[in-house]
Amino acid sequence: MSHLSINITDKSYTNPSKNEHKQVIKNLQLNLNKHEFVCLVGPSGCGKTTLLNILAGLDSDFLGSISQTDSLTSPKVGYVFQNPRLLPWRTVQENIELASEAKIEAIEFLLKIMGLEKEKQSFPAHLSLGMNRRVAIIRAFATDPDLLLMDEPFVSLDPPTARLAQQLLINLWSERPHKILFVTHDLREAITLADRLVFLHSNPMSVITEVPISIPRQERKQETKIEKFKQQLFIDYPEITTLL
Amino acid sequence: MKGFIFRPAVLTTLSSLFFLAVWHILATYLNSLTLPSPATVFLVLIEEVQSGQLPHHLSKTLTRLSISFSISMILGCAIGILLGCHQKLNAFFDNWLIIFLNIPALVTIILCYVWFGLVETAAILAVVINKLPNVIVTIREGTRSLDTELLEMAKCYRFSKSKTLRHVIWPQLHPFVMAATRSGLALIWKIILVVEMLGRSDGMGYQLHLFFQLFDVASILAYTIAFVTLIQGIEFFILKPIDNRAQRWRK
Repeated sequence: MSHLSINITDKSYTNPSKNEHKQVIKNLQLNLNKHEFVCLVGPSGCGKTTLLNILAGLDSDFLGSISQTDSLTSPKVGYVFQNPRLLPWRTVQENIELASEAKIEAIEFLLKIMGLEKEKQSFPAHLSLGMNRRVAIIRAFATDPDLLLMDEPFVSLDPPTARLAQQLLINLWSERPHKILFVTHDLREAITLADRLVFLHSNPMSVITEVPISIPRQERKQETKIEKFKQQLFIDYPEITTLL
Repeated sequence: MKGFIFRPAVLTTLSSLFFLAVWHILATYLNSLTLPSPATVFLVLIEEVQSGQLPHHLSKTLTRLSISFSISMILGCAIGILLGCHQKLNAFFDNWLIIFLNIPALVTIILCYVWFGLVETAAILAVVINKLPNVIVTIREGTRSLDTELLEMAKCYRFSKSKTLRHVIWPQLHPFVMAATRSGLALIWKIILVVEMLGRSDGMGYQLHLFFQLFDVASILAYTIAFVTLIQGIEFFILKPIDNRAQRWRK
């Protein structure tokens, strides 16, 4: 439960018709500590979604290992996909209940925190994209995961909505902490949310550097501190400028 | 007043009345035994219902219809999902399907009667064989167009097989099942009459054949009206409500 180590030596796609072989991930090593919020930052298309799919157990065609200390079973995963991926023919509440065994009170509580308690009987098509994304986040949280994967969950939201969603995410996570692996290419978002940043480069994907974020959580609402940290990052790690 | 005429219900009634009027005028003008007037046909219809003849034969046909329809839908859905999921299986059975799709209905009917005798099972089998390939093809298309993103979601959140089928796959197949149901009913109605005409001693097909030999057009039309009314009833009271219920999540 406490510690997750990811070690992927090789993940490749082969296209048999063209006889092409493309290596997506090479020698990627990543450790996640208990209750740690880690942001993966890298250029789009560098294989981050592939990594998340491997961790979620959707893709088992790779070389390497995913292991937890203190446990032989694979971690219980909650996954917030890039698109909400809700079942359009089930209501908000049914969507959450189908994925988790959470009690109704727990779900009501999550709906309330996310400001969706009035929409639990609505169908996803009747709600905005931002609301659907929040439902997807609730669904992931309701499963009470060991590891929560989030694949750019706030992309294409307008800035105020995105900020609100980030705040709500942090609120939820502090209520019920667990490991989060959050993919983004927005450095500002990453600094606001994470305990630690992991910078990745592409073709094939591997870790460039890891940076812990020293700003205390209560001070992260101050834009200037975030901006200052960001500028300092570019000075300390010049190699990351090419990624963004 | 103008608004009243163009209301859908009024419009439908007007068009039906117009149809009856044209029929009546034609019948009066031609004054032939082969085109009885609507009133005559209506009287025959009442008579046939009261004598119990029409209900008896109609219920025979309906029973055959529901049995063969259920068998072909259940089998067709199962096989369709299977072929849609497994590419190799599909590649193997694809030409079987094409052959069965293209065998004329009459041939299957005759062969069934020749091989299995003039029995009820042969009649139902003949209908099922005619209908089954259509269901399979429709459901196979539906299975192929399943949303892989939602299937991944179900896998990630550890949905059981039955949960995935019920909540993820079935709602996506629903429009295809409804399409197969509608086209299937239309097809089976037509085939089942031929089946009855060729090898059964009751049912609508048998009766129609009898009336044909007697040149009794009024009875033929009366039976047709009973028939069409029944299909409209199925559409209106069974299929439409199912559709509306299943579609309520759409915008």
